[in-house]
Amino acid sequence: MKNFSNEKSKLNFSNGKNKMHNNKEMTDKQYIYAVARIRSKELTLFTKSDIEQLMSCRTEMECLRYLADKGWGMDGRHTSSEQILASEREKTWELLKELVENVSVFNTFLYGNDYHNLKAAIKQIYKGTETPNLYMSNCTLEPEIIIKAVSEHDFSLLPEHMRDVAEEAYQIQLRTGDSQLCDIVLDKAALDSIYSHGKASENELISQYVELKVAAADINIAIRSVRTKKDEEFLKRALSECESLDINKLTKCALDGMEAIYDYLTTTVYFEGVPALKESSQAFERWCDNLIIDFIRPQKYNPFSLSPLAAYLLARENEIKTVRILLSGKRNDISDDIIRERLREMYV
Amino acid sequence: MEMLNDYGIVLALAGAVLAALIPGIASAKAVSMGGIAGAGVITEDPSQFGKVLILQLLPGTQGIYGLLIAFITLSQIGVLGGNGDISLVKGALYLAACLPIIIVGYTSAIRQANASVASIGVVAKRPDQFGKAMIFPAMVETYAILALLISMLAVNGVSGLNI
Repeated sequence: MKNFSNEKSKLNFSNGKNKMHNNKEMTDKQYIYAVARIRSKELTLFTKSDIEQLMSCRTEMECLRYLADKGWGMDGRHTSSEQILASEREKTWELLKELVENVSVFNTFLYGNDYHNLKAAIKQIYKGTETPNLYMSNCTLEPEIIIKAVSEHDFSLLPEHMRDVAEEAYQIQLRTGDSQLCDIVLDKAALDSIYSHGKASENELISQYVELKVAAADINIAIRSVRTKKDEEFLKRALSECESLDINKLTKCALDGMEAIYDYLTTTVYFEGVPALKESSQAFERWCDNLIIDFIRPQKYNPFSLSPLAAYLLARENEIKTVRILLSGKRNDISDDIIRERLREMYV
Repeated sequence: MEMLNDYGIVLALAGAVLAALIPGIASAKAVSMGGIAGAGVITEDPSQFGKVLILQLLPGTQGIYGLLIAFITLSQIGVLGGNGDISLVKGALYLAACLPIIIVGYTSAIRQANASVASIGVVAKRPDQFGKAMIFPAMVETYAILALLISMLAVNGVSGLNI
């Protein structure tokens, strides 16, 4: 995988560069305590053999028992699989909030939940119904504020990057009732926010993570648009700008068909993902997840900076996703071979 | 020239003071970095206290080396008693003799702290590999010891010069 970093970012004047270097060094030293704790926490991450043990469980209940023995869930109590996974995500965020003074350094990973909540709020207000457990926790903005902003039509309550797009999505939903279009607008806005925040973070790992995230989303959108025969306007509305893909070319290729997309991708840094893409969307998603894990793996040996913390967060997300796939497979009596094909690589 | 010779002791004293000051500051910073990392490990696994303490203390030696050179210099130049009559050239030579431990002491303490923090990470994950983990920061010590040796030889050598 080539390095995505923009050459332009290296064109700094030496004074500015030195100042930035000093600031970076100071910032990196702030995380010594946090990284040391994360090093200990990494011991509790699931290894390949843990996943194998889970695979050897015959039923979902057996898997849940194994997870409880490993300390998953609240106080080791046996609850539903979704509750256990949610509590694990909660634990990760609790730890990260404890480790960093200002949790906004992780906003890149939280914006997606904000936009999900905005989507949910717009639909809830539009339909006038209340669905339990619709909103996600661990976000930069309390769901109540989003609900208030949408219900009172006062989008000034939202942060600047959400205001205009929230208004636009709300109007689309209200006037056309087109939930899909509303989703497209908000998904693109979420990707744009994640991308700009990640690039502004001055952290190489977060910067490259958002590059891959946005590029993978663009590729998926392009593939889906070919399958559902979407037009150019849809693609322009849905695709987000990123450095590693030319979205104008991708749009053109998506209009020409699947083979054109494959041909274009072989000329990009994502050429290794083309066989997975030809296989299925799930295989491509798995390829992207594994690529992220491969990319963050060197952080296991980095004693400084925010990167090992971000890597731990991504590793936990990957672990939870893998366990979810496994539990879902066991629940639905899917054969072990098929479950194995869907499992992600582990960080440790 | 006579008047300038009065400043010989100033230069020599500056060398001694800087030898105690600069590596001391660096060691304080370095030991603090090790302590912060150690605290992170102890939060999760208090049984590792002994191991991380040793790794924390490794970069503290530069401060001691600086103090040693400062002490020898002070005793040689007569500040701690004796004749304080030192020519400008001799004073400058004392200052130069202290430079290895001033510069290398500072740099090696900070670099050793980085290595110690990394090794504390190793102990956090593989406590059984403590011996190997300790070698990495200990290697940095070599250069602090070399600088100490040269400064010590130079200070002693300068005292024997009749200038």
